[in-house]
Amino acid sequence: MIHEEISTDSRTRRTLSGAARVLLALKVDGPLAVGLGLTGAFGLAVLYSASGENTPMLVRTLLRLVLGIVIMLAVARISPNLLRRASPWLYGLGILLLLAVAAVGHVHLGAKRWLDLGPIHFQPSELMKLAVPMMCAWYLHERPLPPRWSDLGMLALIILVPVALVAKEPDLGTAALIAAAAAVVVFLAGLRVRVLIALLLLAVAAGAVGLRFMHGYQRERLLTFLNPEAHPLGAGYHIIQSQIAVGSGGVFGKGWMAGSQARLDFLPERTTDFIFAVIGEEFGLLGLVVLLLLYAFVIGRSIYLSMQCADTFSRLLGGSIALTFFVYVFINAGMVTGLVPVVGVPLPLVSYGGSSVVTVLSGFGILMALYSHRKLMG
Amino acid sequence: MSPVRIKDHWREQRMFNRRAWFAGAVMVLAAFAVLGRLYYLQVVRQHYYEVLSLDNGVRTVPIPAARGLIVARDGEVIASNRPTFDLDLTPDRVPALNDELEHLVRLGLLQQTDLPELIRTIKSRLSFDAVPIRLDLSAEEVARFAARRYEFPGINISPRQARWYPFGKLAVDAIGYVGTISASELAHLNQAEYAGTAVIGQTGVEAAYEKYLHGTNGYRQTLVDALGRPVRRAGALGKELHFKAPVAGEDVIVSLDLKIQRLAEQLLKGQDGAVVAIDPWTGDIIAMASSPAFDPNLFARGISEKQYAALVNNPRLPLFNRALRAQLPSGSTIKPGIALGALTEGIINPTKRIYAASAWHLPGSGHLFHNAAHEVCGWVGLRMAIIMSCDVYFYRLAYKMGVDRLGAWLPNFGFGHPTGIDIPGEQSGLAPTPAWMAKHYPHDRGWYPGDTVILGIGQGDFLTTPLQLAHYTAMLATRGLSFEPRLVTGLRNPRTQRIHWKRPILDGNLTMISPASWKVVVKAMVGVTTNPRGTAYWQMINSPYPIAGKTGTAQLTREQANDVGNENTGPEKLRDDAWFIAFAPAQAPRIAIAVLVEHAGYGATGAAPIARKLMNAYLLGPNGKLLAHPGRAALSEPAGIKPRVEPGVDPRFTPLQRAAEP
Repeated sequence: MIHEEISTDSRTRRTLSGAARVLLALKVDGPLAVGLGLTGAFGLAVLYSASGENTPMLVRTLLRLVLGIVIMLAVARISPNLLRRASPWLYGLGILLLLAVAAVGHVHLGAKRWLDLGPIHFQPSELMKLAVPMMCAWYLHERPLPPRWSDLGMLALIILVPVALVAKEPDLGTAALIAAAAAVVVFLAGLRVRVLIALLLLAVAAGAVGLRFMHGYQRERLLTFLNPEAHPLGAGYHIIQSQIAVGSGGVFGKGWMAGSQARLDFLPERTTDFIFAVIGEEFGLLGLVVLLLLYAFVIGRSIYLSMQCADTFSRLLGGSIALTFFVYVFINAGMVTGLVPVVGVPLPLVSYGGSSVVTVLSGFGILMALYSHRKLMG
Repeated sequence: MSPVRIKDHWREQRMFNRRAWFAGAVMVLAAFAVLGRLYYLQVVRQHYYEVLSLDNGVRTVPIPAARGLIVARDGEVIASNRPTFDLDLTPDRVPALNDELEHLVRLGLLQQTDLPELIRTIKSRLSFDAVPIRLDLSAEEVARFAARRYEFPGINISPRQARWYPFGKLAVDAIGYVGTISASELAHLNQAEYAGTAVIGQTGVEAAYEKYLHGTNGYRQTLVDALGRPVRRAGALGKELHFKAPVAGEDVIVSLDLKIQRLAEQLLKGQDGAVVAIDPWTGDIIAMASSPAFDPNLFARGISEKQYAALVNNPRLPLFNRALRAQLPSGSTIKPGIALGALTEGIINPTKRIYAASAWHLPGSGHLFHNAAHEVCGWVGLRMAIIMSCDVYFYRLAYKMGVDRLGAWLPNFGFGHPTGIDIPGEQSGLAPTPAWMAKHYPHDRGWYPGDTVILGIGQGDFLTTPLQLAHYTAMLATRGLSFEPRLVTGLRNPRTQRIHWKRPILDGNLTMISPASWKVVVKAMVGVTTNPRGTAYWQMINSPYPIAGKTGTAQLTREQANDVGNENTGPEKLRDDAWFIAFAPAQAPRIAIAVLVEHAGYGATGAAPIARKLMNAYLLGPNGKLLAHPGRAALSEPAGIKPRVEPGVDPRFTPLQRAAEP
């Protein structure tokens, strides 16, 4: 097989504009970068209002965004081969860190999620959002697809160990997202439909059993979305207030910084998990549609980029990053509007919160690396 | 199956693409689910959620309207407002209602005995509405509460306008009073209209004109955050807030002449009784007093259970409005009316004299009916019978007239039914008929001719109120015109000060009585005060103007007699009640008056002097001469305002038409 790096193709280079040449040199995909940038900017505007014009918070978020972009640019330069080879090491490191959290983690809000590393608090579970699908893709890279039963057994082990550790923290939302990111890899690898359906049924059954072992607040949170009015001041409060916020926004919204639900503290978690409701309240259906179109563009472009990749690892990892991003958006939007249970999933690139932005942008950095270093099949 | 599988990159690429497209389709479906949900929330249910979001953040704080003033005819304000500090409680911000109220009791700001009623009231109000729990704190009490305010979440001191009766008990039975809105009253009110209102008219003009006095409350919307704290800087949210200014209630002008009112209350002091004075040509109440009275400010400030119990348990019944509600036999005061009926029916010849001994023998029975003091009247005609109040003459007259015609004439003078005065609580008295008697004493007995006989002197089951008797006197004064008695003559807009005058209501005219009959009866009534044999001669002697009067002595009613031994009837309570009715000047009357003094014995001595002093005060100037315009004061209605004539009433005025107006 003959591989040729596109960046060294002199015929192509001559037809490119200056900006494109810079992007090419940075290994950055222009359209994707623009989509991400617009989403981030929109997020900053919303956050300014949702936080009650809290400038320090805005600055912090801006700094994290910049940090995320720097990391994205750095990651984009890494060759896919190195990424692939690093996957097991990264995964192993992640497992170790999760064990460390379990042992000496920093307890915040009743959950042990953080590692206190001097000036920064670090959530190893964020690392695992990328490390687990990378590990799965690495595992499947050399194997013929669709995966065999024995492969599936191995994959199940790879996925469930970190998921179990994260769920134990307890951080059910992140655990579910890690599982979803890995499951997407397996799905894209060509998991037979029969097996897929069987696994889904198994997951439902496991979920039913899992409900019994959940913490009281987790179970309550999961089930109240079906009837939030049963606990108007308890677990249902979030859902009721977020639906009021979204619904009262109407088509055009109440205007920037004029959402009473958000500005008067009725909407809980309004800068983090429920920021989608702030957009719905202040910018209305129109604002949400614009946001969803931005997301759709990012996801679509990501899938397109993944499809262009030549090797299994790149395709599977790229596809997983794209689809996981979708899962983030869907679960957050669904949770805020009352379609799915309230699980702590932030709205990517918009919600306030450190690790999430960095993780997401690192993911897109990987995607760009995979695409820009892709080898053409000869 | 196949131990050796080789990676097929093209196949894997195709499969990946298929899976990617499939995932894309799932994502589009999911996106439509989200969009569908958003459409439902933001378009279909937008209004619903908008209302909820407004409920969340916008607290509507009512601004009570200033209650209208009540002003006497001379412009003096009888009921006004003054600023006070009240304690307000907002139920949904109080974590433990009973604990906090108990704590206020320990602090001396509430009475333990008031708690049950207070808790009932609080529970009946909307949970986010501030309920006044203690009215009119003193400066010291305000300080005491303010120092410990942090111990009372949900309770605030709020400045408010409180009702204030500057003259205390003056005219309380006409003006009435306001009191805290009770749970049962609230059930009948428009809660939105009364949000922020602490008190409501309970009796008298305050109750009857509540609608006008109350005004229209305004409101101010303020932003509150999720913890209920007011938001100072509303910013972009502020534009949604509304403000509605309150519209003050209308001032009510009453016909009372406070000079006469004061004097009446002073003259009744220490006695149980009532005075009602009416302008016969309009029905305007010049004075209406009931003794003993009470201070309406007690109620306006929020009366304590203890104070209320003291009023209720007072054996002299200060809360009992005798002017409107005391029902007693009229005694002889009814005789001029019966005489007019008998003359009109042609039963008696006014000039024919009969011999009246000390008693009259009812034909066909062994029963003797005596004169009050068993005196012998001698040879008397109708005129002397009235002057001397000769019972025997009227026994015979009533017997000849018969109960049917007698029963028909009493309602003509307004007896047995409410006069229609414009304040609530009036009793209708009783004009008995055989049908009534059969209904109310079925096991006792039916109607005896003897019942008719004593009805002729206003005794027996015949009951009247002081108001009814004053109204009847006014009808005698105008020679048959019945004006609905009224306290309120006009409504004044507090902003423009323009007055809307109400027209007097003419609801009856006894046109069937001939001028000749009137002449005889009025002359006899004047004789009561001018003839040396008149029953009120000594009390009315040397009056500078002619007075037409009639004394009366109400004996105990059958019911009262049966009631001997209840808490209100000691032995001295068994004495007769004294009545005196009069109008003056007799040929051009300006005032008609009825005076009741309970247990005072004979009417002439108990009640007549009070009536004379009141008529003097009303009619005479400081120089002792008749005033040209008695009662014509700052806020009197303009002359020439025509009365409203009730349907079916003959509006013709008698020759005396408005004779009082020079």
